[in-house]
Amino acid sequence: MADVEEKVITALHDHDTFLDSSELIINMGPQHPATHGVYRVRLHLDGEKVLGAESYIGYLHRGVEKLGEHGDYRHYGPILDRMDYVASVSNNLGYCEAVEKLLGVQIPPRAQYLRVILTELQRIASHLVWLGTHAMDIGAMTIFLYCFREREKILNIFEKYFGARLTTNSFRIGGLQFDTYDGFEAECLDFCNDFPRRIAEYEQILSDNRIWIGRTRGIGILKAEDAIALGVTGPVLRGSGVKFDIRKAFPYECYADLDFDIPIGEMGDTYDRYLVRNEEMRQSRRIVMQAIEKLPDGPIMGKVTKVIRPPAGEVYHAIEAPKGELGFFVVSDGTTTPYRTRIRPPSFVNLQALPPMVRGQLVADVVAIIGTIDIVLGEIDR
Amino acid sequence: MVEYFLIPAVQILIIFLVLLLFVAYATYLERKVVAFMQVRLGPMRVGPYGLLQPIADAVKLMFKEDIVPAGADKWIFMFAPVITMIPAFTVFSVIPFSDSHTTVFGYPVHLYITDVNVGILFVLALSSIGVFGIILGGWSSNSKYPLLGSLRSAAQMVSYEVAMGFAIVSVLIYSRSLSMIDIVNAQKDMGWWFAVIQPIGFFIYLICGVAETNRAPFDLPEAESELVAGFHTEYSGFRFAIYFMAEYANMILISSIAATLFWGGWLSPFPNVKALSFLQVVPGVVWFFLKVFFFMYLYIWLRATLPRFRYDQLMRVGWKYLIPISIGNVILTAVLRLYFRT
Amino acid sequence: MPDEIKKDQPESKPPAPDSAKPAATPPPAGHAPGHPSVSEKKLATKAAAAASTPWTSPLVEEIKKRFQGSVIESHTMVGQNVIILETPSLIEVCKFVRENEIMPCDYLVDVTAVDYPSREKRFDVVYVLHSFKMNERVRLKIYVADNETIPSVTAIWPTANWLEREVFDMFGIKFSGHPDLKRILLPEGWKGHPLRKDYHLQQMDDEWVKANLNIETGQ
Repeated sequence: MADVEEKVITALHDHDTFLDSSELIINMGPQHPATHGVYRVRLHLDGEKVLGAESYIGYLHRGVEKLGEHGDYRHYGPILDRMDYVASVSNNLGYCEAVEKLLGVQIPPRAQYLRVILTELQRIASHLVWLGTHAMDIGAMTIFLYCFREREKILNIFEKYFGARLTTNSFRIGGLQFDTYDGFEAECLDFCNDFPRRIAEYEQILSDNRIWIGRTRGIGILKAEDAIALGVTGPVLRGSGVKFDIRKAFPYECYADLDFDIPIGEMGDTYDRYLVRNEEMRQSRRIVMQAIEKLPDGPIMGKVTKVIRPPAGEVYHAIEAPKGELGFFVVSDGTTTPYRTRIRPPSFVNLQALPPMVRGQLVADVVAIIGTIDIVLGEIDR
Repeated sequence: MVEYFLIPAVQILIIFLVLLLFVAYATYLERKVVAFMQVRLGPMRVGPYGLLQPIADAVKLMFKEDIVPAGADKWIFMFAPVITMIPAFTVFSVIPFSDSHTTVFGYPVHLYITDVNVGILFVLALSSIGVFGIILGGWSSNSKYPLLGSLRSAAQMVSYEVAMGFAIVSVLIYSRSLSMIDIVNAQKDMGWWFAVIQPIGFFIYLICGVAETNRAPFDLPEAESELVAGFHTEYSGFRFAIYFMAEYANMILISSIAATLFWGGWLSPFPNVKALSFLQVVPGVVWFFLKVFFFMYLYIWLRATLPRFRYDQLMRVGWKYLIPISIGNVILTAVLRLYFRT
Repeated sequence: MPDEIKKDQPESKPPAPDSAKPAATPPPAGHAPGHPSVSEKKLATKAAAAASTPWTSPLVEEIKKRFQGSVIESHTMVGQNVIILETPSLIEVCKFVRENEIMPCDYLVDVTAVDYPSREKRFDVVYVLHSFKMNERVRLKIYVADNETIPSVTAIWPTANWLEREVFDMFGIKFSGHPDLKRILLPEGWKGHPLRKDYHLQQMDDEWVKANLNIETGQ
C-alpha cells in the first residue's frame, strides 16, 4: 500500500513519453477555472497524457489554527465559518461538539435535532455546489444553474435562520443561539418535498448521458485498499466501496435515532462517487424529514457557564462533514483560551489521493478528478 | 463596369454589414436562449431586454488594451485572428440567400453575391484556411495552454473535415453540381429536401458542423475548464473579439450550408406539394433565415445540454464512427443512384 | 521522563471525584517549574483536569509484552484512548498496531503536534488511528524535543505524507525517512514555524511589512 505514493514519485522520473519526446510541464492553477480556488497542480504531460502530478497548496493559508489559540473558546466559531465556506454549518458543529465533549456538557434534544436539520441541509447544499461545479468542469453547464437554484432555497432558509447565507454561525458551545423562526419546519419540508423531483432532473441530464458516462466511468479509480491507505474519507472513501460514515460509526447528536442508509460505490471511479453523492443528498433529505417530524420542544441551550473554561485535557472529535471526516483536536490547559485547536480537514487528506488517481489519465480527466474529490481550498489551506 | 464592380461592391458591403449585425446578435441569441434554458434571464441591463448588449460588448472590447505576451511571435500573433476571420466572412459570397432578383437601374441584382460553379468546393477550401489562424494563434502565443488548445483544434478540424466532405459528396451525387444554386434547384426538382433523401449524410454533416465550429460538446480547443480558454487564452481586446466573431460567423456559415444543402435553401417545405403552395407567399429569403435560425438554435441547445467530450473520445467518434459511416453512405448512395438511374 | 511529568502536577486538586488518582494529563502538567507562563498562572488557581483514567486493553497489554518499556502510559480521557510511547519504539509499535489481530488500525486519521515550550521535550506528536475492524480509535502520542528527528510513518500509512509535512511546516519537527519533507502550507522562504508557542501572531507580517513597505506594522 505504501507503493501508492511511490508510484507517484517514480512517475516523475520514468520518461516513457511517446517518441521519446521531452515532457511538457504545465501549471494548472493557482488561477485556473477548474481548480476550485487557488489550488495549483503541476502536471507532467506527454502530449495530453499525464505522467505525474505534484500538488502545491497553501495559497489561502490564513493561520486558522494559530488564530484559535488567541481568542476565547467562543471566538473561534466565526473564524471556522471561513474554513470550508460551502459548508460552514458543519465546521461549527464539529468544533462545538469537540468543546462540549471536553466540557462534558449534554445539549438539549431540541438543539440536537435542529443542529442535525441544519447540517444535513448544509450537506445537501454542499453536494449541490459539488455537483454543479463538477458537471461544469466536464462541460455540462446547465446543471450548474439548476443546482444553484435548489441551493438558493436552502440558503434562503439559512438566511432567515442564521442571518447569513454563507458564513453561518449560530451554533454555540452548549446548544444554539436562536430558536427557529415561524414557518421554519414548513419551509424545510417544502424544500424536501420538492427535492426528489430535482435530483431526478439532474440524473436525467447526466446519469444516462453517454458523454457523461464516457467522461466519468473508469476515470480516477481508487480501489478500497488504496483509499484506506491514502486516508481519504467521506464520499470518496464510500465511492470506493468502504462503508464508513462517522454518523453511523460514532453517532453524534441524535443520528442514532434517525434512520438513513450509507450509499457505497463498487468500482471507486468518478461515476461511482457521483452516484454516491447523489444518493447522499437523498439520504440527507430523509434525515431532515425525520428530524423535523421528531423535533421536540424544549430549551435550545444546555447548562454552560458564561465563561467557557473546559478542564485541562485533550479531545479529538470528528464529524461527518460533506467532504469527509472533519476532526477537531482541542487541547485545553484549563483556561478560557484553547491551548491548541488542530483541525483535521477532510479535503486536505483527500487531495493527497489526486496524484495517484491522475497518473496515466488525460488532461481533461485531471479536471474531472479534481472535481470528484470535492475540495474546498479554504479548508485545505486553513 | 457597373454590373461587374459597383453592384457587387455594394452587395458585398451590405451583406458584410448585415452579417456583422447577425454575428453580434448571434451572441445575444445564444446568451438569451442559454439563459432561458438555465432558468435565468441573460443580459437585461443594456437597452430593453438587453438588446444593446452586443454593441456594448463590441465597444468594450474595442477599447480594451491589446496585450501581446512577452516572447510571443508578434506579427503572427497579431495576424492570426484575421486569418481566421477573413475566410469565415468570405465564404458568404457564394451562399445563395434566395434566387429572387430585382432590377436596380436596369441591372439585375440577386440576393447572393456570386454563383460559382465550384461553389461548395470553394466553401470547403476556404473554411479549411480558418484552422490556420487557430493553430498560428495558439502557437505564436508562446504559452502552453494555447499550444495545447491549438493542437487539439488542428487535429479536430482536420479529422472532422473528412467526414464532413464525404457527407457533402453524398449530396453532390444527387445534385450533380457543385454550384450552390444548382444544389437548391436540384432539391426543387426532386421535390424533396436532401435531408430526407440523405438522412445519414445530414446527421453526419450536422455533427461535423458542430465539431468544425468548436462548439459544445466538441469545444475542446477552448474547453474553459481544462485549457482556460484554449487557443485564445492570451488574446484580449479586439483581437479576441475577432476570434469570437469568426466563431459565430462560422456558426452562421455552417448553418447556412446545412440549410442550403440539406434543407432546400430558400425553398419552402415540400415545394412540389400543391396543397402547401401557399407557403410560397413567404419570401424565400425568410425561409432561408428561418432554417439558419433553427440550426443556430440547435447549436445553442446542444451547448446547454451536453457535457464535453474528452480528446480521445472525440477522435474516436470522428475516425471510428463518422468517417466509416460517411464513406459507406457515399458508396451506398452511388450504388443506389446507379441502380435507380433517372 | 514520565516520572518528571507526574512530579510536576498542578497544585490544584482536580475537582472531578473519580480522578482522585493523579491525573495523567500531560498538557498542563509538563511545564518545568520556575518558568510559569501566563496561562500557567491562571492554571494554578483555576484549573481542573478532565477525568482521565488508566486504560488497559488487550492491545496495550500486547504492546507492553512485545516491546518492553515502549509504553510510557495508557489512559482514557473523555472516552478516548491514548497510548503514550517512547520515541525510539515508535515505528515498531506502529507496525504492530497496524498489523495486529486484536485491533488492526489500518487507517491513520490524523497526525498533529502540540507545543509545550517550557517542557524539556517540548512537543507532543499525536497520531490518531482508526480500526475498521473494531470500529475503534486510539491515539498514539510521543514526546519530542526541539531539534529531535523522529521516524516517519509514511511507509506504514501513506496518509502521513502531507500530515507530517504539515507538522514539519508548523512546528519544525523533522521526520526521518519521509519521501518529500518540505513546507506544505507556507512558502519555501518562510522563517520560523508558526504554531510554536513562541511564534508571535503578527511576527512574520510585521517583518514582511518592515522589509517591503517600510512601515512599522501592518495591523
